[in-house]
Amino acid sequence: MSTPDNEREIDAVSGVETTGHEWDGIKELNNPLPRWWLWIFYACIIWAVIYMVFMPAIPGLPGAEGATRGLRNHSERVNVARDMAALEEARSVYFSRLTEADLSEIESDPELLTIALAAGESAFGDNCATCHGAGAQGARGYPNLNDDVWLWGGTLEEIRRTIRYGIRSEHMETRMGDMPAFGRDELLSREEVNDVAEYVLSLSGHSEDAAAVDRGAETFAAQCAVCHGDNAMGNRDLGAPNLTDTDWLYGGDRETVRETIWSARNSTMPAWESRLDDAVITALAVYVHSRGGGEED
Amino acid sequence: MTTQSPASRSPGAQGEPAPQEAAVGVHRIDVTPVNAAANRKLYKAREPIYPKLVHGPFRAFKWVFLAFSLLVYYGLPWVRWPRAVGEPDQAVLVDFEGRRFYFFFIEIWPQEVYYITGLLIIAALSLFLVTSLFGRVWCGYACPQTIWTDLFIAVERFFEGDRNQRMRLDKAKWSPNKLARKLGKHIVWLLIAFATGGAWILYFHDAPSLARDFFLGQAPATAYIFAGILTFTTYSLAGMMREQVCTYMCPWPRIQGAMTDNETLEVTYRAERGEPRGPHRRGESWDGRGDCIDCKQCVAACPMGIDIRDGDQLECINCALCIDACDAIMVKIERPKGLIAYDSRANTQKRLGAAKRGTRILRPRTIYYAVALALVSVVMLVAFSSRSTIDLNVLRDRNPNYVQLSDGSVRNGYTVKIINKNNTEQTYRLTIDGPAGLSVSVVGAPDAGPEPEFTVGPDQVGRFRVYVTLPREALTAASLPLTFTVSETATQTEAVNPTMFQTGVGQ
Repeated sequence: MSTPDNEREIDAVSGVETTGHEWDGIKELNNPLPRWWLWIFYACIIWAVIYMVFMPAIPGLPGAEGATRGLRNHSERVNVARDMAALEEARSVYFSRLTEADLSEIESDPELLTIALAAGESAFGDNCATCHGAGAQGARGYPNLNDDVWLWGGTLEEIRRTIRYGIRSEHMETRMGDMPAFGRDELLSREEVNDVAEYVLSLSGHSEDAAAVDRGAETFAAQCAVCHGDNAMGNRDLGAPNLTDTDWLYGGDRETVRETIWSARNSTMPAWESRLDDAVITALAVYVHSRGGGEED
Repeated sequence: MTTQSPASRSPGAQGEPAPQEAAVGVHRIDVTPVNAAANRKLYKAREPIYPKLVHGPFRAFKWVFLAFSLLVYYGLPWVRWPRAVGEPDQAVLVDFEGRRFYFFFIEIWPQEVYYITGLLIIAALSLFLVTSLFGRVWCGYACPQTIWTDLFIAVERFFEGDRNQRMRLDKAKWSPNKLARKLGKHIVWLLIAFATGGAWILYFHDAPSLARDFFLGQAPATAYIFAGILTFTTYSLAGMMREQVCTYMCPWPRIQGAMTDNETLEVTYRAERGEPRGPHRRGESWDGRGDCIDCKQCVAACPMGIDIRDGDQLECINCALCIDACDAIMVKIERPKGLIAYDSRANTQKRLGAAKRGTRILRPRTIYYAVALALVSVVMLVAFSSRSTIDLNVLRDRNPNYVQLSDGSVRNGYTVKIINKNNTEQTYRLTIDGPAGLSVSVVGAPDAGPEPEFTVGPDQVGRFRVYVTLPREALTAASLPLTFTVSETATQTEAVNPTMFQTGVGQ
């Protein structure tokens, strides 16, 4: 630096000039930077200048949008768009076959089935697993897609329709069924709701109160059988579940059944037509159908 | 033979003028073994070695072996071998993309890489055995470093002449002649190095198409990178570094100490016959003196820059070129051959009367190595010959663990992978043994029945989804054993995979 020569202190042991700083008797030697380090430092500066010329670098200049473009006209955004287009292009060979194929053909053609299952599994993970679970095992209020219980139908065509238009969605073609909130809307009294719950439980052998079951049966015939059917086997056109089997979407204990009748459920699923292209929806239908519960036409 | 100027004499010879002839008609070469321990300091720049061309049986064998091994290395990727449709027809191919290793009729899958491990163990044990018998013959004859260095020195000799001419050329001022010779040598070196790097990558892709793509600039970047790396290492290791690779870089010279013993045959100067050494004058009697006339032909021939007469040395690669050099002189001066020869310390001691026993081929060390080698070879051979043509891999779904159906029965899903190692399409019948009432269904084949059949293409992995359902009355425990068996319908070869069925009972 600009220290006069007579003020410079030379360390006796190493013969190297000190910086003049002292901490508790410890002094710092003023060794020069290693030559190799300096060369790398200079090389970095030169590299930075070259980089600024060729790559987007200086932001906020008048006339430049965002930042200077650089001679290479490099843009990560453009690269991603190009990669995505290339991906679509590569996929389209298979996807066009999926779109064109008849649904029943897909499962009997090993190559198409492989494509559909792979695409379906990946699309399921991205879009459906949030509610239905990664293994399509479902959760309370979200059906298990592995079993043989279907609210709206388990053939390939029905599954695809459900995915495409959704359930109680805003789409015109949506699956629609509307269970009234019998208790909350005061269509039935609290006692009547409890009796109907008792009758519903008795259908799968979970009730001991025969008198309540008899009373509930009457109310069921008047209020519920319209949708759930006289024998309570459900109605897939309306998404009314079969009440006689072992499967419960929200739970089969007494309190839950009472709550279901009291305030109704009417869960929803979005229409995927506007979000996924047709080939992916078809692949999803094949994938869900292949999970083990798929029904034949 | 040319006479040397006094200026080129070695420092050790200064003071007393060395005689020009070691014996009648035998020129005495003025050479210093630059790598001999006495002459080599720590922190010393490399001194060039100018190995002199020798003629003899060992040199001849080395030429033949060099030609053979280079022919194999450069030529092997071009050898074709007929295989099934869709498989590469290259005899030796490491196919990373297809995840296969092909070696003529053998085809190794990635999970069978233990065969390679076994081969490496066999190679290591063979090396131990050979080293304990004959010292570092690997180094002297078969090591790629030795072979390519030999080849590069031959090229150097072609352009610059033998030892004396090369030394003179290096000392001379730059002239068009020197430039042309040096340039020619380096160009040919680079061409050989490039051919070496280029041949390397051919082992990893179809050779004819890769070679074409390579020159059209259409080969993958890795091809250029690896060809470049191998070109560089060949050029620098065989052209520039040569004996330094063996002396400083390679661990084998250090390991060899543990392999050799008193009875190992190594290149040996028979000091008891050669000493006292000295120039032999015309008519002088051979009585009372050694056979070594100190002509230093052995030192001039040595590619490692040592003097074999100093005894066993770390640098010695057992290449036997000094034997050829010395034998030629012995013939000339009409003394018996073999002053330098493959010999053991035990033999030397026996000749000196210090020991009764000479070299034994059969001794504990060689027997251990031979037995270990035989054992590993037999294990590998049995493993390879009983290698199955099918593999079965059953993965039970974990998510969901089990699925309860509406009638109370429970279903588990399995992914069945059948690996067909045949080069023809095969059909496999799957049987599943488990509790009574078990039913089987296959995704994509609703009519498959209880014992479904699957077709897997040649050399492929078939992946199938299989569901097993147990009725409510069969659900007796939280998990039940199932056994999957596939049987190749053509040959009845079976593969078995035991697995479990989760019932959900108690959860």
